[in-house]
Amino acid sequence: MRTILTLLLVLAPAAAATGGRPDMPTYRWENFTTENGLPDNHVFNVAVDGKRVWAATENGLGLYENGKWKVYRPEDGLTHRAVLYVAPDKRTGDVWIATMGGLSRFSAGRFDTYTQLTSGLANDVVYGVAVQGDDVWVATAAGGSRLNTRTGQWSLFNERNTPMYEIWTYAVNATPSKVYYAVWGGGVLEYDVKTERWKDYNDPDGETEMVLYKDQGLIHEITTSVSYMEKEKILWVATYFGASRYDGRNWKNFLEKDSGLPSNFLNQVKGVDGNHAWFSTDKGLAYYDGENWAVYRPALDTHKPEMLVRDAAGNVTRVETATAPAHHYVLGVDFDGDDIWVATAKGLSHGIRMK
Amino acid sequence: MRGGAFLLAANAVAALAAMASEPPAARYPSPIELVISPDGSRLYALCEGTDEVVTYDLGSGRILHRTPVGRVPKSLALSPDAKHLYVANSWSDTISDLDTSSLQVVRTLPAGFEPNAAISDREGRFLFVANRLSNDVSVVDLASGLESKRLLAGRGAAYLTLSPDGSRIYCTHIYPNIAKFRATPESEITVIDAARQVVAERYRLHNAAGVFHVAVSADGRLGMAAQMRPKNLVPLAHVEHGWVIGNSISLFGEDVGEVVQISIDELDRYYTPPFAIAMARDKSVAYVSTTGSDSVTVIDIGRLLALIRTLSPAERRALANDLSASANYVVARVPVGHGPKGLTLSPDGKRLYVANRTGDTISVIDTAARRVVSDLSLGGPATLTPERRGERLFFNAGFAFHGHFGCANCHIEATFDGLSWDLEPDGFGKDYVDNRLLEDVADTAPFKWNGANPNLETECGPRTEKFFYRSESYDGWQLNDLVSFIKSIPLRPNRYRNGELTPAQERGKVIFERTRRKNGTPIPAKNQCAVCHSGPHYTNQQLADVGTGKPTDRSPLIDTPQLTNVVLTGPYLHDGSARSLEEIWTVFNPQDTHGVTNDLQKDELNDLIEYLKTL
Repeated sequence: MRTILTLLLVLAPAAAATGGRPDMPTYRWENFTTENGLPDNHVFNVAVDGKRVWAATENGLGLYENGKWKVYRPEDGLTHRAVLYVAPDKRTGDVWIATMGGLSRFSAGRFDTYTQLTSGLANDVVYGVAVQGDDVWVATAAGGSRLNTRTGQWSLFNERNTPMYEIWTYAVNATPSKVYYAVWGGGVLEYDVKTERWKDYNDPDGETEMVLYKDQGLIHEITTSVSYMEKEKILWVATYFGASRYDGRNWKNFLEKDSGLPSNFLNQVKGVDGNHAWFSTDKGLAYYDGENWAVYRPALDTHKPEMLVRDAAGNVTRVETATAPAHHYVLGVDFDGDDIWVATAKGLSHGIRMK
Repeated sequence: MRGGAFLLAANAVAALAAMASEPPAARYPSPIELVISPDGSRLYALCEGTDEVVTYDLGSGRILHRTPVGRVPKSLALSPDAKHLYVANSWSDTISDLDTSSLQVVRTLPAGFEPNAAISDREGRFLFVANRLSNDVSVVDLASGLESKRLLAGRGAAYLTLSPDGSRIYCTHIYPNIAKFRATPESEITVIDAARQVVAERYRLHNAAGVFHVAVSADGRLGMAAQMRPKNLVPLAHVEHGWVIGNSISLFGEDVGEVVQISIDELDRYYTPPFAIAMARDKSVAYVSTTGSDSVTVIDIGRLLALIRTLSPAERRALANDLSASANYVVARVPVGHGPKGLTLSPDGKRLYVANRTGDTISVIDTAARRVVSDLSLGGPATLTPERRGERLFFNAGFAFHGHFGCANCHIEATFDGLSWDLEPDGFGKDYVDNRLLEDVADTAPFKWNGANPNLETECGPRTEKFFYRSESYDGWQLNDLVSFIKSIPLRPNRYRNGELTPAQERGKVIFERTRRKNGTPIPAKNQCAVCHSGPHYTNQQLADVGTGKPTDRSPLIDTPQLTNVVLTGPYLHDGSARSLEEIWTVFNPQDTHGVTNDLQKDELNDLIEYLKTL
């Protein structure tokens, strides 16, 4: 709680200008690759779990603890070497692991495996997982699955019992009141925990990549990530064609051409709160404070570390920095107090907050 | 001498008191666990047969009170201040909170499926409950009385103990964790960080199954867990060489470093199954009850640790199978009553109390003399019914060669063991069989997976004598008693059936009872779930070839098993090759020969399984 509060306080008032430039957070980046213990340089996602950091990589699960990496692979009990997502259960200390070959539960050194053959899981291609109390929500290539860990009951969600016309669920975000699925090619699916009802959100201009109706709905059907801020009731959505923010009544969309996003191709969005969010794009890591933007990356041309700052008026300032995330192709982020951890296509980065 | 006279007198008083304070009519008390008050004045005996806590005043030897608790209570533990006694009611899925002043239950706390043990943290703020059927540990906030979370434990989470410094809670489990087909059984001691309420470690117990009580020495440096080591991967053809079940203790903690498993058997005598452990406060000796052998094994801990220190890591790993090793550290075998289970030491360590479950007594052992000096009676019917006599036989290991094992070694507490066995001397790798639940079997003849035994008398008599015990087995009267007991084993409550079926269960029921495929074509009768699995026990009691036979089977014809409480008894199929209910159809039914399931969507198969859980 204290950590979250600290993060919010530090990130919130970022509008104060520094020589006309918004005072956006800066970081010193430490990068990890296979050379210093990371299981693989293709890092699909990262999860911060207290003093533990979990790296979901193409060739194993990495655990960073006490300054050292420990690697888990199928020979250790992991269901598949390609790990796509990791969701720590803060209550129990267990970790749920989405892989290309099923779902694993890691609990104090023990792996339990759930596949479409051994369990009620819908499909072995598991893109995402989220923990909601005793329920574990899973995003698979054949729809959503929910495991009640007390009873062992699996419930599947697909085109037959939800408004899901495309069943390729790509990410899931679960909070006490709502569960959201990013459905690749099918928009966003919302589950209301209280009413047990589903609702879908779609791009009003259909699957076209043209934006005919900006801010009238979800920016695109090919969604990759959802992040719901329960306190403010704000939903952040990432797509391959821009990002969206929904307050329950109005949509606001973000595109490269009219925001600080370095690209419309988004792999993930992770909200800090209703007005602040991190965007993982193919052209860098972006932060939005409600008005201003910052992008952190190695420059696309020179590969030198850089930070781009865009103010509310659209003025962009390039700031040279000493360090940058490991690569501009960013797949995911997670927070640890003031710090941020970043999964990229060529390594995992630890952003240590400077100011 | 004076002490002995006092005990004799106390015993007489106790007997009178017991007569004056009888348990509920016609039920055998079946004391299963004991706890003594910190001042040594009271002994609490938990009786699973009469669903009560019997409180003795040890000064007078009288029964002070009989306190009704929930159904089939399995264990009890005192709060740190000794003002509360927590009783795990395994069939009620609750914990009774008993006020030790009034000896009344003051509230009932929640638990998971079949709570087997409950223990408070050192501060008395949280209760940890081992749930045997949900395979987890509930954390219950004692202030609010609400369960806050569940921690993943081993399969059949069973017994708990708190480290002396209060930092760790150790949890055992009685069924091995589900593993690959024909893999060596693996169990664990789940180590819970009591302050953070998370699982901190899992001590691997290789080749162990049926792990019961766990105890930690007063200095916190040595832990001991009672367990069996089944040798289920080889034919059960070498009883005389000890190749059936080893009885052992897993040691852990700073005194030994890595887990060390030690045998408590001897070359020509077995002491089985080890159930409860009590360690002297000075760590000089440990006492282990061995239920089937009607005895308590006394281990000299100093000699044991001295031996272990001399051994290389490889030698330590071999210790569990060395039947000669126990001569180095087992210093006594104390005969007690029938079916000894829980035991507890008096605070001064001079008396050891042992609950004789099928004898309905408590043996009082003089720890210096290492012999029983008196018995406390729990009362109960004066005569033994055939069922009760059969129960004694069921839990007794005296019939097998060298007292190696009894029915209850594999049918743990009259259930199953979660293992696949190679039972008969028909050659290596022939006719593997999965162990089946004994509840609700009375009217399900024939028996054995190949249906070869037409009745339980054949199943339990000649078959047992010839293939299992390798010695003279039960006489006719005893066999009748044993069969009477097996037929009387009650069916435990189904946790998945709460009144009306849920929508998923209803959908599954429709699939279970369907007569047509989804495309409308009829399903042959022999391939309909509800035809073979029909009747009150969900079996038509016929043999069938459902395509699950393996090259290792001598015949593909399999006895149709009853399905009552099938959810509990994985692995599945006749040989235990299906690790889960799902695998019965996702892996072992490619040609729709074991019911028609290949036209089902995954969620429909899930519905079918949700229904099966309710049976």
